Amino acid sequence: SSQVVWDTLGNRQFCSYKITTKTQNFCRNEYNLTGLCNRSSCPLANSQYATIREEKGRCYLYMKTIERAPFPRRLWERVLLSKNYEKALEEIDENLIYWPRFIRHKCKQRFTKITQYLIRIRKLTLKRQRKLVPLRRKIERREKRREEKALIAAQLDNAIEKELLERLKQDTYGDIYNFPIHAFDKALQQQDAESESESDAEKEEEDDEDMSKREFVEADDSDLSDFEDMDKLETSSEEEREEEEEVEKKASHLKSKGKTPLKGPARRKRPYIEIEYEEETEPISKTKAA
Amino acid sequence: AGGGGGAMGSAAEDGRPPAPERVLFPPTFSVSEIKNKQRRHFRFLRWKQQQRKEKLAAKKKRRKEREALGDKAPPKAIPKTIENQRVYDETTVDPNDEEVAFDEATDEFAPYFNRQTVPKILITTSDRPRGRTVRFCEQLSTVIPNSHVYYRRGLALKRIIPQCIARDFTDLIVINEDRKIPNGLVLSHLPEGPTAHFRMSSVRLRKEIKRKGKEPTEHVPEVILNNFTTRLGHSVGRMFASLFPHDPQFIGRQVATFHNQRDYIFFRFHRYIFKSEKKVGIQELGPRFTLKLRSLQKGTFDSKFGEYEWIHKRREMDTSRRKFHL
Repeated sequence: SSQVVWDTLGNRQFCSYKITTKTQNFCRNEYNLTGLCNRSSCPLANSQYATIREEKGRCYLYMKTIERAPFPRRLWERVLLSKNYEKALEEIDENLIYWPRFIRHKCKQRFTKITQYLIRIRKLTLKRQRKLVPLRRKIERREKRREEKALIAAQLDNAIEKELLERLKQDTYGDIYNFPIHAFDKALQQQDAESESESDAEKEEEDDEDMSKREFVEADDSDLSDFEDMDKLETSSEEEREEEEEVEKKASHLKSKGKTPLKGPARRKRPYIEIEYEEETEPISKTKAA
Repeated sequence: AGGGGGAMGSAAEDGRPPAPERVLFPPTFSVSEIKNKQRRHFRFLRWKQQQRKEKLAAKKKRRKEREALGDKAPPKAIPKTIENQRVYDETTVDPNDEEVAFDEATDEFAPYFNRQTVPKILITTSDRPRGRTVRFCEQLSTVIPNSHVYYRRGLALKRIIPQCIARDFTDLIVINEDRKIPNGLVLSHLPEGPTAHFRMSSVRLRKEIKRKGKEPTEHVPEVILNNFTTRLGHSVGRMFASLFPHDPQFIGRQVATFHNQRDYIFFRFHRYIFKSEKKVGIQELGPRFTLKLRSLQKGTFDSKFGEYEWIHKRREMDTSRRKFHL
């Protein structure tokens, strides 16, 4: 009668456990030994059949014999296999003695596979687990919206520019930028008498801080280059400084593209004068640096 | 019932019943009670127009009054913004607070701020990072000087940390990735420092930024920390500041900004140039991202046994729109 079952279910008519794909047929039955839909692996079409299944990390051997065919409740007999791999194999052999070779072989294969993946599971649980945190859609949307609004409210560019100007005012940049026209004027107005001593102090400072002087000149040159006479300035300065200047010129070029150009002549006067000043002291700095 | 309902059969009209002249006893019906969509829509538009007209008229009147009063006019009202209406946080730091100053002189960042330690940063990711995250890490390492990117091969953080301490790293950044985009950042100050866990969003790599400049150079950038007002915000701000070496090189003209607005920290990296003493131009280089603080832990990274200084609890903390913690 197993032949009849196979003829109907397996080959011709509908079997609800069967899954067909382009190349192969699979069997979804939980008691199936190999997972394929074959005459020899169909648990329905074989009256004597055995499988290995695992539950909660323990492996069981399930057996079905023709004697119990009319009692579906007692059809599948289950045997707990030992945790020891070799012993379990012996138990399989013992229980399936005198059974067809195919079933014995496939049972042992299946058992091997199962133990391997159980070992792997145990190893992986010891390593770091990735914790999945469910996203809440409403909250995600709300956060996104709030972020956008916060971005608009932040007005980052303005804030950064303001902060930089503040720092410039508070002299954190020291002598690099020689802008503070306002401060300079104020200083002139307030301390007319002391102007000479101030300039003396500046001279001394400039003598001392060679490096900052260098920076100073570069920055100014780069600003000037925006407008005119790049070549003249380049030839007048040293080679080392030229390279650094070019980098800064490019940077300032790129910047000045979108922004309004400065009033060149109005700003040029003071820095121009100061450059002449420093070129006098250049030879000293050259040797020092070298 | 309402007077407008009488024109039921007059479909030949332009779809709207005549307006009720006098509504005596029954209450006025609102526009939303009309079942017919077309009529309802029409009514609504008319009502809206009316509102707008009234508003305009009120504005004009106010303006006239203002001009009439001239100098004696009351000052313009300041519009309410969320920042204006922010619920006062009792942990807001007063700049002259001695207790806070004392705390900050003795906390984990004191050695950095006293120039005893030089920051050295290790940037890594979660397992198996995708291309975007890897590129982001590289760009981040160009932005932060003295930082190294290491590929994480399934190593547990708890084991990495002692090794990092042994090799003199001061900070550890772990960028968590999900579905091929970076979405989380764990910033851990190493020798026993606090660990902050952020949620990272809107990450833009360099090539996605419009009008960007050249690559960030090797100069040490300046750091701008904006709007970190509360005590918590202060400690987070100090964490960020301790990533960068203390002495910025002003030749480089680069600035890294951490701007806190409504609990979102926006990171930008710019190059600036002073065009005059009143005008500065900035150009964005470098990656950009926003962070939102999720938790701050006292010791180094330890999710199970660590002592949390602050965790974001949605139910308790997100109840008010005007309450912010940083």
